[in-house]
Amino acid sequence: MLQLQEISYETGGRVLVDAVTLHADTGETVGLVGPNGSGKTTLLRCVYGTLRPSSGHVLVDGTELTGAKERARRIATVPQDGQSAFELTVREVVAMGRSPHKRFWEPDTAADERLVTEALARVGVLDLAERAFPGLSGGERQRALVARALVQQPRLLVLDEPTNHLDIRYQLDILTLVRGLGTTNLLALHDLNLAAYFCDRLYVLQRGAVVAAGPPAQVLTPGLLAEVYGVRADVGVHPATGAPTVTYLPGPGAGPDVPRPTGERKSSTI
Amino acid sequence: MRRGSKSEARRGGKSEVRRGYLLVIVSLTAALAVAAVAGLALGPVRIAPAEVVRILTGGAEPSPLRTIVLDVRLPRVLLGAVIGAGLAVIGTVLQALVRNPLADPFLLGVSSGASAGAVAVIVLGIGAGAAMSVTIPAAAFAGAMASLALVYVLARGRGGAMTGARLVLAGVAVAYILSALTSLLLVTSADANHIQEVLYWTLGGLGSARWDMLALPAAALLAGTLLLLALARPLDLLLAGEEGATVLGLDTGRFRAAVFVLTSLLTGAAVAYSGAIGFVGLMVPHAARMIVGASHRRLLPVAALGGAVFLVAADLAARTAAAPQDIPVGVLTALTGGPFFLWLLHRGRSAEGVAA
Repeated sequence: MLQLQEISYETGGRVLVDAVTLHADTGETVGLVGPNGSGKTTLLRCVYGTLRPSSGHVLVDGTELTGAKERARRIATVPQDGQSAFELTVREVVAMGRSPHKRFWEPDTAADERLVTEALARVGVLDLAERAFPGLSGGERQRALVARALVQQPRLLVLDEPTNHLDIRYQLDILTLVRGLGTTNLLALHDLNLAAYFCDRLYVLQRGAVVAAGPPAQVLTPGLLAEVYGVRADVGVHPATGAPTVTYLPGPGAGPDVPRPTGERKSSTI
Repeated sequence: MRRGSKSEARRGGKSEVRRGYLLVIVSLTAALAVAAVAGLALGPVRIAPAEVVRILTGGAEPSPLRTIVLDVRLPRVLLGAVIGAGLAVIGTVLQALVRNPLADPFLLGVSSGASAGAVAVIVLGIGAGAAMSVTIPAAAFAGAMASLALVYVLARGRGGAMTGARLVLAGVAVAYILSALTSLLLVTSADANHIQEVLYWTLGGLGSARWDMLALPAAALLAGTLLLLALARPLDLLLAGEEGATVLGLDTGRFRAAVFVLTSLLTGAAVAYSGAIGFVGLMVPHAARMIVGASHRRLLPVAALGGAVFLVAADLAARTAAAPQDIPVGVLTALTGGPFFLWLLHRGRSAEGVAA
């Protein structure tokens, strides 16, 4: 479904994404994990088109996308930057998702409005439809934007940290929702436990390159966490969920780059 | 916390929203008709509204009253309506384009270019006398186009992508330079007559309205307004932000550049005939947004009608308030518009309450 072939992105002499090759099959939820600055966001931007990769190809269903509009018909995302000061209603914001399928002067039809209503209901914000979008809470807003992505009727849903700034309940809600949509999903996630539970496969990025890939149980190992994140961790299988569960262990013995506290104060020079 | 019951009550259900919108359009159209008839009836010679309607419908034989209504006042009322609607629509569009609620038709340097052009003609006395009514608008338009080209090139930069922030910076910089040039021209000319004339022109007025010069601005502004109405969908997308608009399939750089050129041409056409009439393009869009929301398909027609009503009424006041003195209408729009705007803001804030 989605294939990234040797995607690289360079700016100002720095390589932010380094020859990433990745694929997602139809209906699969693929997670992208890695520490801050590992290139997750940059890579996703290359996929949904706000950045142009320096080299490599993004293929959806075997064809390379050209132009913002064609891309928006296949790939939907929930962007990070906020809405403007002007108040649109939630319904108006969600209805924007029909734009990629329209000529610019075409009005929305009854069928479009039905799609919007369905999407609002599916993410559970139908009762907020006529409210002003900027007045929503973070969780409600995120849901509305997922509804907008649904209205785009994409082949692929790309989400960059969809759980950012959300309460734990909403984090679970939004990921359960995304999982249940039946779309192919590519998610960047911060929380390894959520990633392990909700994703079919994970790609681990470090300094812009993929260092591990596979099902969560294979990828999330104490050795990898020490190497990539520089932390000591224990990985077990949770009895209730059956998913790998990471427990971070404080104290010494973390990664190779982390200096150990020596326990002595070198105060003799003062 | 209950879920913003106030704002739900204000916006109502979907069908209620639609009925409310129709009511707004009908009321504004009625207001425009009333303002136009008043504009034709009032002045140094008072004419009964019934007589005005009879003259307009062609039921009157040639008479001095007929001449006053049809040849003196009607072109002025029409020019006011067209320019008011145009400025309000341009202001609405530019506020979305640069995502800044303080944007107005004159933010991006067009009016400064027009002023520089007009002042150059006035001061240098090109085509003095009867031809001035042709050369001043022509020079103003040329000045507007020069500033457009300059801002366009500067805002594109080396990267080629035109963002809202670049556009504002380039526009404001060009505006300052051109205003400085205008001041320099004025100061060095040192002719009191010129200063009077320039002052009147820069404050903006509809006093030059005549049938033979109405066609051009009217056609340009009508066509441009209709075109901008057709762009309601991509304009809405701009409200989702740079990234939001891109992922919804809009080529923001190209769209912004195209709309900037279109609005600048329209501003140039408006300013060339009426000078820089301020405040209409800043205030009317906000008032319209407070009434019908920010979605451009609903907003632009309301802004256009509102701008027309406002400028026709303001010009009527400008002609009659201190008669026989003709106050520049730009002074009146600011004088009446400012307090109205503040009142709307105050009212808007208390009505938003929880939701804001």
